[in-house]
Amino acid sequence: MTYVIKPKFHHPELPKNKLGYTHRDYEGKISTLCAGCGHDSITASIIEACFELSIEPHRVAKISGIGCSSKTPDYFLGNSHGFNSVHGRMPSVLTGANLANRGLIYLGVSGDGDSASIGLGQFAHAMRRGVNMVYIVENNGVYGLTKGQFSATADRGSKSKRGITNTDSAIDMVGIALQLGASFVARSFSGDKKQLVPIIKAAIEHRGAAFVDVISPCVAFNNHAGSTKSFDYVREHNEAVNFLDFMTGRAPIHVDYAPGTVEMVEQHDGTTLALRKLNAEYDVHDRLAAMNFIAHHASLGQIVTGLLYVEQDASDLHGHLNTVEAPLNALGEKELCPGSAALSKINASLR
Amino acid sequence: MPIQSVNDFVVRFANVNGSGSASANELFARAVLRMGVPVAPRNIFPSNIQGLPTWYEVRVSQDGYLGARGGTDLMVAMNPQTWDKDVAGIEPGGYLLYDSTKPMPKSKFRDDITVIGVPLTAICNREYTDPRQRQLFKNIIYVGALSALLDMDVAEIEKLIAEQYKGKEKLFDANKRALHLGRDWVMMNMEHPIGLRLQRANAVGDRIFIEGNSAAALGAVYGGATVCAWYPITPSSSLAEAFTRHCNRLRVDSASKQNKFAIVQAEDELASIGIVIGASWNGARAFTATSGPGISLMQEFLGLAYFAEIPTVVFDVQRAGPSTGMPTRTQQTDIISCAYASHGDTKHVLLFPEDPAETFDFAATAFDLADRLQTPVFVMMDLDIGMNHRLCRPLGWDDSRKYDRGKVMAAAALEAGKDFGRYLDVDGDGIPYRTYPGTHSTKGSFFTRGTSRDRYARYTEEGPAYADNMQRLLRKFETAKDLVPRPIQANSDKPTKYGVIYFGSTSPAMDEAIEMLEASGQHLDRLRVRAFPFHSSVTSFIAEHDFIFVVEQNRDAQLRSLIVNECGIDPVRLVPILHYDGTPITARFIARAIGEHLDALKITPLRKVVS
Repeated sequence: MTYVIKPKFHHPELPKNKLGYTHRDYEGKISTLCAGCGHDSITASIIEACFELSIEPHRVAKISGIGCSSKTPDYFLGNSHGFNSVHGRMPSVLTGANLANRGLIYLGVSGDGDSASIGLGQFAHAMRRGVNMVYIVENNGVYGLTKGQFSATADRGSKSKRGITNTDSAIDMVGIALQLGASFVARSFSGDKKQLVPIIKAAIEHRGAAFVDVISPCVAFNNHAGSTKSFDYVREHNEAVNFLDFMTGRAPIHVDYAPGTVEMVEQHDGTTLALRKLNAEYDVHDRLAAMNFIAHHASLGQIVTGLLYVEQDASDLHGHLNTVEAPLNALGEKELCPGSAALSKINASLR
Repeated sequence: MPIQSVNDFVVRFANVNGSGSASANELFARAVLRMGVPVAPRNIFPSNIQGLPTWYEVRVSQDGYLGARGGTDLMVAMNPQTWDKDVAGIEPGGYLLYDSTKPMPKSKFRDDITVIGVPLTAICNREYTDPRQRQLFKNIIYVGALSALLDMDVAEIEKLIAEQYKGKEKLFDANKRALHLGRDWVMMNMEHPIGLRLQRANAVGDRIFIEGNSAAALGAVYGGATVCAWYPITPSSSLAEAFTRHCNRLRVDSASKQNKFAIVQAEDELASIGIVIGASWNGARAFTATSGPGISLMQEFLGLAYFAEIPTVVFDVQRAGPSTGMPTRTQQTDIISCAYASHGDTKHVLLFPEDPAETFDFAATAFDLADRLQTPVFVMMDLDIGMNHRLCRPLGWDDSRKYDRGKVMAAAALEAGKDFGRYLDVDGDGIPYRTYPGTHSTKGSFFTRGTSRDRYARYTEEGPAYADNMQRLLRKFETAKDLVPRPIQANSDKPTKYGVIYFGSTSPAMDEAIEMLEASGQHLDRLRVRAFPFHSSVTSFIAEHDFIFVVEQNRDAQLRSLIVNECGIDPVRLVPILHYDGTPITARFIARAIGEHLDALKITPLRKVVS
């Protein structure tokens, strides 16, 4: 446990974003995770993404379940409200929060134990409903806080630190998210910030259920030979299909790229993604082909990373429920209470 | 001797589930009401859509007794499966209306009742060719027969049919015709009316006829609930469905046609309560409706809501035990599981409404209490209140009423530099201030956790900080005692050493039982408990009496346990009166059970007998 209080001063010439904020304004408490933990790299990427997008930190709600990954929201965006809820139930808490105020950005942080085992159902249903959120799974294939048990994303045949071989099939959360209707699906690696930061930025800008599976090796319990979630294994088997060069926000864009190598993906909220293709045949708009491609490569032991699927005309739960534009938590008696005259009419109809 | 009674009897309809009898039976009950005579109908239904037996009991009571009475004066026996039991259940001197199309052996009847055979199937087969019509209209035909047998005002029934099929002339005509087929057959073929009769009266007043689940949903609309998450479970599903219906009528923005509500049918009860907690954390008023098994599933989250201090409203429409079958019967069985829901040291606020009107009030109040106390609040209904139409006072709303959103620190206060500690007891009432997410760019944010935090919501695993927080939560619970609805006491005219405590749907049966006991010279003071934590008047009521009867609809005397535990009462002084066979408690049951105890307590000392 770290008890050091983080110093608040910073160098006067730290770069500032459009809001005049520096990186430090997006940081949180000092991490209490193990030194070298992949999760801390994801935390850094989230900070970087929010800084670059010039997001007001207090307009983000960070919600997590229980586990090492679920502790991380305390380590970024210190001026945001955070909620460390119960194991596997981040999706429902986030869904409720989102319904209460559609005006905030919802960042759900979870792990593979939290989302693929105890919370598989809630993960699935949040995807089905199209909750407008960024759902990040910090996926290390192992239970860290309880010291090294396999999780449901551990590959069959991979070895635990104690030498036990996993005999259960792995759950591929990317495959499930695709099948259940997530409108933005990506996979990345905590060790590849260059790939991860633009993906998080794009996911934040996406309006709909955005799912990001980040392979995040556990240095304490799952970084040994024989593990398929170790730094070395992931580096060797990483099959990146594309790379998001940058994200434009909502401003007009001018790019010079050789034709065919870059695809400009316009999202229906007006943002544009510049997608540099590494695999010419991979189509990010074809859900079924994506599922096939990912499953095929998984059978070869490869981990497909990049932006795997994006639906340009995505809709979200508020759209499905036809809720008013104003946040529901801002409505008072005047908007919500039908009053005594309406009640008299109701009484009359009940006689 | 056949029973002779005007405006005071019980009619029981024995039907087959799914035969369309429910609306005909309800039509009968409403017609009695329209004649100015109070009724109390009750559904006794199986966990089934089609085929199993179902009963509908209508207690007609000009004196306004709305509790279940027990016994049947007129049985409308439409279900061959339950014939023997139904016939056996008729009071001596009672009446049996049956379908006489097929002759029945004499052994199937009783000598001490009046048997009324109407060839319902024969009439249907003669009049209709479509099998579905034959089935549906058979129900209306027996209502027609009853109208003649009981001397009802047929114009009232016709008016009700007209209201039901407004704008659908064909259906109105067809139903009216079926009604008269039954009525005319009786008028032409048998002596009528029978000894049971209805006479126009003026005993209904301005009261309304509404199901508790619908009233609860209306209360949620009036109380400002915007988010509802639920999972289907009898007997609470119709609450969420009623909320949907009411919102579609009352909460759609007239200009944009957009909804000022969000309703999610979740994948299970865990997700339902999670959504409610997330929405409430973010400042919306949210609720779920469920029953016992749902409460069991929500335990972990309820503990989180208690420790993280998140307003949470749960409607628990209680039913009997687990699984399926008996669960479609009424009970008050979740008192303990709600009062102490979850792990760790937890206690929750419970409200006990007695009827739909009070359910409406308590539903709206529950949101104020949850916001004020920043904690889960349970509205403890049951199937008897929730799924039956009950005659009750009209619903009322004071237009000057403001929602109490509790202690919420807004941006201006934060900007002005007011000290914000999420778990800081600034007012001494145990209730801290909270902020909604997104309030201020640099002030007032905090990280919500269960217990590992200090007064400023900073992570800590220090023992004293934990204990300090637990003590504050107790202070908050003390504060709740004076905020929740107070018990209602009604003393006997004569001084008495005995009292009775009761709650919820037991109310009408209790009122009637008191009259029965007084008629036999036994006097009791009454206290109707309306909320937990208990107000100090509960303890003083117990102190003022030698023995207290605690009347409940469960096996384990759950409210009594709660009183013993929370008020430090000697259990010997609290005599449990328990009813738990799944039927609603009756005045007869209460009066008999209490009467027996009182007789036992009144044994005259030997010394007096000899002298």
